Amino acid sequence: MPRYGMVIDLNKCTECEACITACKLENNVQIVSKENADMGRTMYWMKMLSTDVEGVYPDVRPVNIPMLCFQCDEPPCTKVCPVRATYKREDGIVAQIYPQCIGCRYCMANCPYTVKSFNWFKDEQKVENEKCNNIDVSVRPKGVVEKCTFCIHRLQKAKEKAKSEHRKLQEGDYVPACAEVCAAHAIYFGDLDDPESEVSKVKHDYRKFTLQEELGTKPKVYYLSAKAE
Amino acid sequence: MMNNHQIIDEDEVLFKPIYQTGSGFYFLAAALFTVLLFGVIMYIRQFIYGLGMTGMNEPVTWGFYIISFVFFIGISHAGTLISAILRLSKAEWRRPITRMAEVITGIVLLIGGLHPIIDLGRPDRILHIFERGRLQSPLLWDMTSITAYFTASTIYLYLPLIPDIALLRDRGGRFNKLYQILSWGYEGTERQKHVLERAINILMIMVIPIAISVHTVISWIFSMTLQPGWHSTIFGPYFVVGAIFSGIAALIIVMIVFRKVFHFEDYLKKIHFTYLGTLLLVMSLLWFYFTFAEYLTTYYGHEPTEMRVFLYKFTGGYSPFFWLMVICNFIIPLVFLSNKKLKTIPGILIASIAVVIGMWLERLIIVIPSLANPRLPFPTGIYVPSLTEISLLAAATAAFILGFMGFSKLFPLISIWEIKEGREESVHVVSERLNEYLPSKGHIRK
Repeated sequence: MPRYGMVIDLNKCTECEACITACKLENNVQIVSKENADMGRTMYWMKMLSTDVEGVYPDVRPVNIPMLCFQCDEPPCTKVCPVRATYKREDGIVAQIYPQCIGCRYCMANCPYTVKSFNWFKDEQKVENEKCNNIDVSVRPKGVVEKCTFCIHRLQKAKEKAKSEHRKLQEGDYVPACAEVCAAHAIYFGDLDDPESEVSKVKHDYRKFTLQEELGTKPKVYYLSAKAE
Repeated sequence: MMNNHQIIDEDEVLFKPIYQTGSGFYFLAAALFTVLLFGVIMYIRQFIYGLGMTGMNEPVTWGFYIISFVFFIGISHAGTLISAILRLSKAEWRRPITRMAEVITGIVLLIGGLHPIIDLGRPDRILHIFERGRLQSPLLWDMTSITAYFTASTIYLYLPLIPDIALLRDRGGRFNKLYQILSWGYEGTERQKHVLERAINILMIMVIPIAISVHTVISWIFSMTLQPGWHSTIFGPYFVVGAIFSGIAALIIVMIVFRKVFHFEDYLKKIHFTYLGTLLLVMSLLWFYFTFAEYLTTYYGHEPTEMRVFLYKFTGGYSPFFWLMVICNFIIPLVFLSNKKLKTIPGILIASIAVVIGMWLERLIIVIPSLANPRLPFPTGIYVPSLTEISLLAAATAAFILGFMGFSKLFPLISIWEIKEGREESVHVVSERLNEYLPSKGHIRK
């Protein structure tokens, strides 16, 4: 069984936010109204986290790192779900079952990384925009929690394609939208348990770190620090 | 039991609220019903459009509903727990108090237990909890213990009510059919009395651990998470102490109001309030001790994520609420209850009202700041409750008062048979008990 993971090289990342846009479109993430955005109800599966400010005033620059669900190996969110609407799959992806979610938002309260989003309202987008939706991903109803799934629908597709071609799933068959779109090749994705995969090689870089390591959640999204230049 | 209709009972005052209803009652009921109805309409709106109708956002994903949930379940400890402890310790002054305490529990548990459902994004899927509930989730523990507590405390309310229902049945009048069914043919024979007493004794011991488990488990919803400010081992006992604290305060308010409205001065004497006031003072000190211990540990450890929550409470956006909570929960009760001149019935009422407000604020202080300061430095919005949330809080309060008003029209608010029993037996029993404690006179050991 593979164990999917991701490495984001912050040295290569230009903070262009293409991954965020790609993610939003790929997964039909709701675009909320301005009033709701002002209230702090924006929905992103991938977003920028401002961690620091570089430089001396007035030459300052915020340091942003792209952030998504870390698909923890010890996920705190799945532990508290009362109805198993979120669970860890065998391949390590922490998945959501939208028709099962009762919307108690306990998983959001227990996520130390605050990566989950809640559908406060029904998706309000215009009808003509609907045809731009990705048909592989369900549009979530109101009142359920959602988050990044490593574009799990792409895995399904890749598996089916490999099967029809009578071969095994190879590296590069399944890549999430953010990794695919990254122009700087800053996002590596693949099987962490496969010693030959690019991601597991990059993972052993000395610049490697994960966020909030001390909590013991064992995130499967690693960063390569940018400060070692 | 004597058939005493037509005869003016010595405890006629206690029957009076059932048979006589003033116009004020209807006005108040109508007003409260309007508030309740408005709340229901707002909830239906929320049900249709989604939880976005509230003021909740990200990362503050829990708001007024969860606060009310913790608060109301806390109030419920007034009841059964206090009544059970007083009964268990054979405190004779409990007799006019226990009934009201138990009624509080019943009503408030219904209201509080409804709040998590109001808070759900998909209340239509509530049955998923039964179909595919995960016992590993604290929410499931919570549901289990609240259901157990509700069952036990309603039975515990009902059993001591049976002899009173029998009294009402014997008097005839309206609702006689209801009383006939509910009294289960109770006639007051020796055997019936014995069975009833045994049942009450068993329940009263059962109810205490259940009640404590309920609020412990509610605290675990928070403390089982990794959130700074929540992940604390003190939370179980801290919540239980807070619950009993707010419960006693609510009980005192209810008692003073009914004493005034239904003229129970002869039954609820100053001594009852003095005793309960002392109990409230003890709980206030205990609450302060827990609060102090909790925050001193946080401050001394000075962990950055914990400190953000700490400072948010002490000097940040939530500091007015925090300090108001300290004033309401500690300073006002301390001033009013430890000073003999101020420890009058109005003084005790002021302290109790302060405590109820303060304990609501305490729940606010626990729920919101931890959510508003997540571990990672995201820009955080400010949580402001919407009209929906405020009107549902008002509706919950209205439902509480309405529940009590309804109960007072059906059943006596003070346990009549226990008062009678006390009058007949207490002096004898207590003096006998006293003789057991006291060393015998003139007895010299050789």
